[in-house]
Amino acid sequence: MTFLKLDSLRKHYGAVAALDGVDMTVAPGSRTAIVGPSGCGKTTLLRLIAGFEAPDAGAILLDGEVMADAQGQVPAHLRNIGIVAQDGCLFPHLSVSDNIGFGLKTDREAKRARAGELMEMVGLDPAMLSRKPDQLSGGQQQRVALARALARQPRLMLLDEPFSALDTGLRVATRKAVADVLSSAGITTILVTHDQQEALAFADQLAVMRSGRFVQVGSPRDVYARPVDAATAAFMGEAIVLPADVAGGQAESPLGPLAIDAGGFSGAGSILLRPEQISVRRAEAEDANGTVADVVFGGSTCDTRIVLDGVHAHAFRLDIPNREMLHAGDRVAVSVSGKAHLFR
Amino acid sequence: MSATTDTRVLTAPRYRLPAASSWTLTIAVVVALLALLPLGFVLWAAVATGWDTAVTLIFRGRVAELMVDTILLVLLTIPICTLLAVTLAWLTERTDLPGARLWSWLCVAPLAVPAFVHSYAWVGLWPGIHGLGAGVAISVVAYFPFLFLPVSAAFRLLDPALEDQAASLGLAPVAVFRRVVLPQLRLAVCGGMLLIGLHLLAEYGLFAMIRFDTFTTAIIDQFQSTYNGVAAYMLALVLVLCCLVLLGLEASLRGRRRYARLGPGVARRTKTVRLGRWRYPLLLLPLVTAAFSLGIPALTLGRWLVAGGTAIWRMDEIGLALGQTLVICLIGGFATTAAAVPIAWLSVRRVNRSSRFLEGCYYLASSMPGVVVALALVTVTVRALLPLYQTVATIVLAYVIMFLPRALVSLRASIAQVPVELEQAAASLGRSPGNALWSTTVRLAAPGAAAGVALSSLGIMNELTATQMLAPNGTRTLAMAFWALTSEIDYAGAAPYAVLMVLFSLPLTWLLHHQSKKIAGR
Ligand SMILES: Nc1ncnc2c1ncn2[C@@H]1O[C@H](COP(=O)(O)OP(=O)(O)OP(=O)(O)O)[C@@H](O)[C@H]1O
Ligand SMILES: [Mg+2]
Repeated sequence: MTFLKLDSLRKHYGAVAALDGVDMTVAPGSRTAIVGPSGCGKTTLLRLIAGFEAPDAGAILLDGEVMADAQGQVPAHLRNIGIVAQDGCLFPHLSVSDNIGFGLKTDREAKRARAGELMEMVGLDPAMLSRKPDQLSGGQQQRVALARALARQPRLMLLDEPFSALDTGLRVATRKAVADVLSSAGITTILVTHDQQEALAFADQLAVMRSGRFVQVGSPRDVYARPVDAATAAFMGEAIVLPADVAGGQAESPLGPLAIDAGGFSGAGSILLRPEQISVRRAEAEDANGTVADVVFGGSTCDTRIVLDGVHAHAFRLDIPNREMLHAGDRVAVSVSGKAHLFR
Repeated sequence: MSATTDTRVLTAPRYRLPAASSWTLTIAVVVALLALLPLGFVLWAAVATGWDTAVTLIFRGRVAELMVDTILLVLLTIPICTLLAVTLAWLTERTDLPGARLWSWLCVAPLAVPAFVHSYAWVGLWPGIHGLGAGVAISVVAYFPFLFLPVSAAFRLLDPALEDQAASLGLAPVAVFRRVVLPQLRLAVCGGMLLIGLHLLAEYGLFAMIRFDTFTTAIIDQFQSTYNGVAAYMLALVLVLCCLVLLGLEASLRGRRRYARLGPGVARRTKTVRLGRWRYPLLLLPLVTAAFSLGIPALTLGRWLVAGGTAIWRMDEIGLALGQTLVICLIGGFATTAAAVPIAWLSVRRVNRSSRFLEGCYYLASSMPGVVVALALVTVTVRALLPLYQTVATIVLAYVIMFLPRALVSLRASIAQVPVELEQAAASLGRSPGNALWSTTVRLAAPGAAAGVALSSLGIMNELTATQMLAPNGTRTLAMAFWALTSEIDYAGAAPYAVLMVLFSLPLTWLLHHQSKKIAGR
């Protein structure tokens, strides 16, 4: 089932290609996260979906209806798509209650009642309803913006880095609260974020964007474990990338022979290991296959650089629990559990 | 032994300098008291007249007529100006109107033409023109830039993200304009409306030329013909009450909140609205406006200049008037700006209730019509300080009272940009507080001060009412000479003076336009 379909969307600003052929399908009621470095076109994509701007080429279909294509586009106010911008974007001249009731076409009493309901839903004290936006903290403004977007029960909710103004603790709590509110309302959601952890925790579907394109779309587990290339791997978390000679489902690597997750390829390639797959222990002469080059103390773990034996002296860095008490110059044995991922 | 040493350290000579701020405050208070002199005078006059006389002088047919005319004038002119200015500002700032930048500049340019020159131009074109209709029409073209300027600056400051947000909440474009854009223009619109209202109450030349009576013209008639002091005072009292009503209305309409942009980051630039097939028809509005507000003055002046030939360029008289005008403008401009420095500094660096109150006093004082200021200063000098009657000192005081807010606005903006840390650094390098203030903030705020001098000089150059009543004997500024010649129906002879006033005002008007753009950060 497809709820939202993006078909080779393009958008140029002068010479800059903000979007350069974006394709995606989103299932009804699902949560999609879009991650990518700054300036890769995430906000532009949301603005096109919301209808604030028209694509140069391509089509947007929502629930089977054409929202935009070469023939023209449905204006933003007829799309019923909610959006929460990075800075909340509350109307400064209206009270919190009027902000939330802004899009409703009911009478004053009904608006107030609905605003109160929504305030509770997003975890705010309804006593704040009579305040002006500049009397709220950044996080509170964000939640009011969410309540305002929820008020009309939009078909699709777009969240543009809505949690970036919050501190870490509040961020996790708010993210969970928002996810719960949205799934209990059954609203399809697209979240844009810089934060890979947030994306992994939030999404059913994860899209990685770079220079105006999706380089990978898949389930969070899949994208984490089987990224398409080293840059995506590094973006999704700590990555240890090593060269390897592949033959018959086995990779000959600087860490010795390793099982890989894909067959049917032989030749020189590179493989990905995640830190949780690697264990390091102090070792004696013949067991050891590497040397500690550098240790930076970091509390419970130490940021440790290990140089592997061999002519190429491949190196990688890893956070190692402090109980090992490694020092520069120590010989270590590095071992791998699970399969390595082979980049195509 | 050690005890004596300690004692000596403690009793080492110490002295306290008065803090810079207390000096500044003292000066600011003195200036405020001087500025409030006219208002105080009118209140004193009311009390001194006594209840019975006051009632008979105020509640009479003449005053009622003037009141009706004044109310009609204000009630007709302000809404028309608002509609015109907001539409023009929207067209020039938010749409793809051809030549939008040029039109925006042409909408500000009428400010360079003194109001009484507008009136002179219309009378030159339609000699019989008079009464309320003429007053409203000429006031609209002369004063709509006072609204256009702040409203177009406000348009530039609007955050388009809010409009996008409103659209995503299901509002059609017209509803977005009504519910999101207009409320955010409210401050600018209220400020502009107040300014126009005060000008309507205070203007003399514009209305005298077309024989439309307002309180101001009536007061001057009284003053010039019979010098019936008490009757003039009572008219002035009613006029002042009208001003206070306007101030109160504006304050209640404006509300207390400023609409700051919330959240971090810089606002995206606004999208331009495509006018489509309306693009060329809508050009008609700025075109017609410019025709009336610039075309008519240009046409009439041109006609008189051609008709008058070289005979009207009596260079000795014109040169003298020009020289006197420039001298009086410079003295007045510098005095006004200097008087504004203490309160400007206080209102940026010492934001508290007393500095806000003081600032309010200056605004209140400057909203007194020129005729009231002049009447007060004439009476006070004649009665108590005769040596000061009709001296440069008195007229400069009048200008300071009337134009101080212009200098204050420019100064405050540039003082606010100088970090207070600089002053502190200078103090830590051993400068006395006053010296530190002078060598850092005042020096760095010089561009704002220059703009303040320029803007108050512009006001002084085109000021007629107070200048006429207060100028030292033998003074003949451009405005006075222009007025004297038109009163003798020598319209051709007056033309060169009007041209000179416009020429000198143009660069200052450009400065005003430029400043409003800079305030908007573009
Ligand atoms: N209105 C505009 N005019 C010109 N260029 C623009 C405009 N809006 C965006 N761009 C350009 O398009 C590209 C994508 O911008 P976009 O705002 O979509 O990035 P983003 O992925 O949201 O970045 P961030 O994570 O920093 O918010 C950038 O190179 C940007 O400079
Ligand atoms: Mg963005």
